[in-house]
Amino acid sequence: MSGGALTAVIGPIAAVVLVCVMWFRGTGWLLDRVGSGLRPWVFLGPSVVMLVLWLLYPALATVWASVHDADGRGWLGARNYHWVFTDPLARQALCNTVVWAIVVPTTATLIGLFAARITDRLNWGGMARAMMFLPMAISFVGAGVIWKFVYEYRPEDQAQIGLLNALLQVPRPWLMLPGWNTLCLMVVLIWAQAGFATVILSAALRRVPPPVIQAATLDGAGDWARFRRIEVPHISGAISVVWTTLFIVSLKTFDIVFVMTGGQWGTQVLSALVYDLMFRGSADFGRAAAVAVVLMALVVPVMIRTIRIAGQEGR
Amino acid sequence: MIRRGAVHGAALILVLIWTVPVLGLVITSFRDRAQILETGWWQIAAENRAVRAMRLDPGRGDLLVPGERLIGWGIAARAPAAFPPGAVADLPRGQLTVDAQGHYRLDVPGPPTRVFVTVASRPQLTLANYRQVLGDPGVWAALGHTLVVTIPAVVLPVLLAAFAAYALVFLPVPGRAVLIAVIVGLLAVPLQLTLIPVLRIYTALGIGHSYIGIWLAHTAFGLPVAIWLLRNAMQAVPHASIAAARIDGAAEFTIFRRIALPLSLPAIAALSIFQFLWVWNDLLLATVFLGSTPDRQVLTGLLRDLLGSHGGAWQVLTASAVVSIIVPVVVFFGLQRALIRGLMAGTAED
Repeated sequence: MSGGALTAVIGPIAAVVLVCVMWFRGTGWLLDRVGSGLRPWVFLGPSVVMLVLWLLYPALATVWASVHDADGRGWLGARNYHWVFTDPLARQALCNTVVWAIVVPTTATLIGLFAARITDRLNWGGMARAMMFLPMAISFVGAGVIWKFVYEYRPEDQAQIGLLNALLQVPRPWLMLPGWNTLCLMVVLIWAQAGFATVILSAALRRVPPPVIQAATLDGAGDWARFRRIEVPHISGAISVVWTTLFIVSLKTFDIVFVMTGGQWGTQVLSALVYDLMFRGSADFGRAAAVAVVLMALVVPVMIRTIRIAGQEGR
Repeated sequence: MIRRGAVHGAALILVLIWTVPVLGLVITSFRDRAQILETGWWQIAAENRAVRAMRLDPGRGDLLVPGERLIGWGIAARAPAAFPPGAVADLPRGQLTVDAQGHYRLDVPGPPTRVFVTVASRPQLTLANYRQVLGDPGVWAALGHTLVVTIPAVVLPVLLAAFAAYALVFLPVPGRAVLIAVIVGLLAVPLQLTLIPVLRIYTALGIGHSYIGIWLAHTAFGLPVAIWLLRNAMQAVPHASIAAARIDGAAEFTIFRRIALPLSLPAIAALSIFQFLWVWNDLLLATVFLGSTPDRQVLTGLLRDLLGSHGGAWQVLTASAVVSIIVPVVVFFGLQRALIRGLMAGTAED
């Protein structure tokens, strides 16, 4: 890197870190000078302002935009929503998103449960979990590149360079086959997230009190019965946290679809559709907003449940 | 024991499924373009076959380059391996002999003669892809842009969230329950819902496609998780020690800095790693708020562009992918213990 480029990198970083340090110090100075009633807001203020400006207000503004036309001027009522539920492409994206949000968290949680159970009994189990956890560190774009060499397709008379087609007798263009391609993309997300489920559930399993398990063993419960009747109910809290987290991740999935198929061949999902409506071709913010609101509506039940659980914990 | 063997086997299969695709990328990044396009990466040890057409002048010479093995040769394009090594071919005006080492003798006067050679070569692993990628200023620039985006976008939200979590746990905040409910609710908000209005604000302020814009966006979008994780961590800090410090007359900021922060350091470390991974690997926010022009493109954007250019520079694509993946993977493996401990603190409060 040349000197100029280095300055261009270090300069902004140093500036921000300096501002942070000054602000950290400044807070102490400020706290000594405000009344006790204001003190909590010195701590909370910046966060609250950011949450309001970047999340709360934009969410409401998007709802407003969703009932207006492409320019955000004319009132359209529910017409954008009507479009989401009747346009073939938008409906496809909606269906795919629902499939993603059910299949991915469920499969990844089950794999995680299975992997956690079996690796807990191995002396190299920690190593195995680390290997499964590794894709968490890899970007979805990187995962797209990695899986390209699994799904790559060549006509039958040529040598296959994609692992999947090499293993099968008859090569097929997996990413272009409707139905199969969505499955292929979901496999990538499951691959990326199952390690998270494994690590969390494995830790939860280790917290099941040994006396409970010993009692079950004395009562003659086999491995499977012990797992299903004792251990799984014991860690149901952790299972639900894992499933919920993965559910939200699946709904938001954008990168995998965006880089691997670009939403073509029937693989579109809502989050990538929002992007397309905003930035590709003729931008239609009204429709994009309606799609985003539908996406939000899918999250609301889970959100309410999480808030309720968090509320119980706080008490 | 059969059961024990089955457990080992099942675990091994899982680990293989999870690592083999990554192995494929790494191996591919060390192969040259022709090899990538001709054989699968798992055939790395298999020989490549190639046919070459050559024009030979009369006399003696060598048909092979080092590392190649002669399979056959011919004098017609239809049959490029018609003659085995060591054979003699009768041409209209003379003879051609090629031995197993590829040495030939041609007794045909006049203009050069066309010959076809079929060779096999052991594939060579090459560092050329990495030399090409690391010699490309564009890649270094993208790495620099990623760093400029990442470091402030990790420091800022962690700092903000630590302050906020402290207030939520230890200070009398009016409407605390509502505030916490809102923060938990915001955890689930899809970013797509907020992009359009935020972009409008940025455009109005003139910070669309700027570092400030993306720092603030990452900070705000990371805050709900960050506050939630740190609030859980600070709840574990003994309230008695805070109360004791208050009685001793310690200033609020001193308590925060000397007691609350050090005691929640494991959670802060885990959160920082998480935020680092999330920002480093992000494509959506970088595309929307920073744009994909070369002067601001980040590594994920660069990869996306390479992935989009069909069948083009696969050797560059794979090597760039490895370069972009290596930093988070090293961070991840180096700090894995801290990460998992922090995850536990945040998700398993039952």
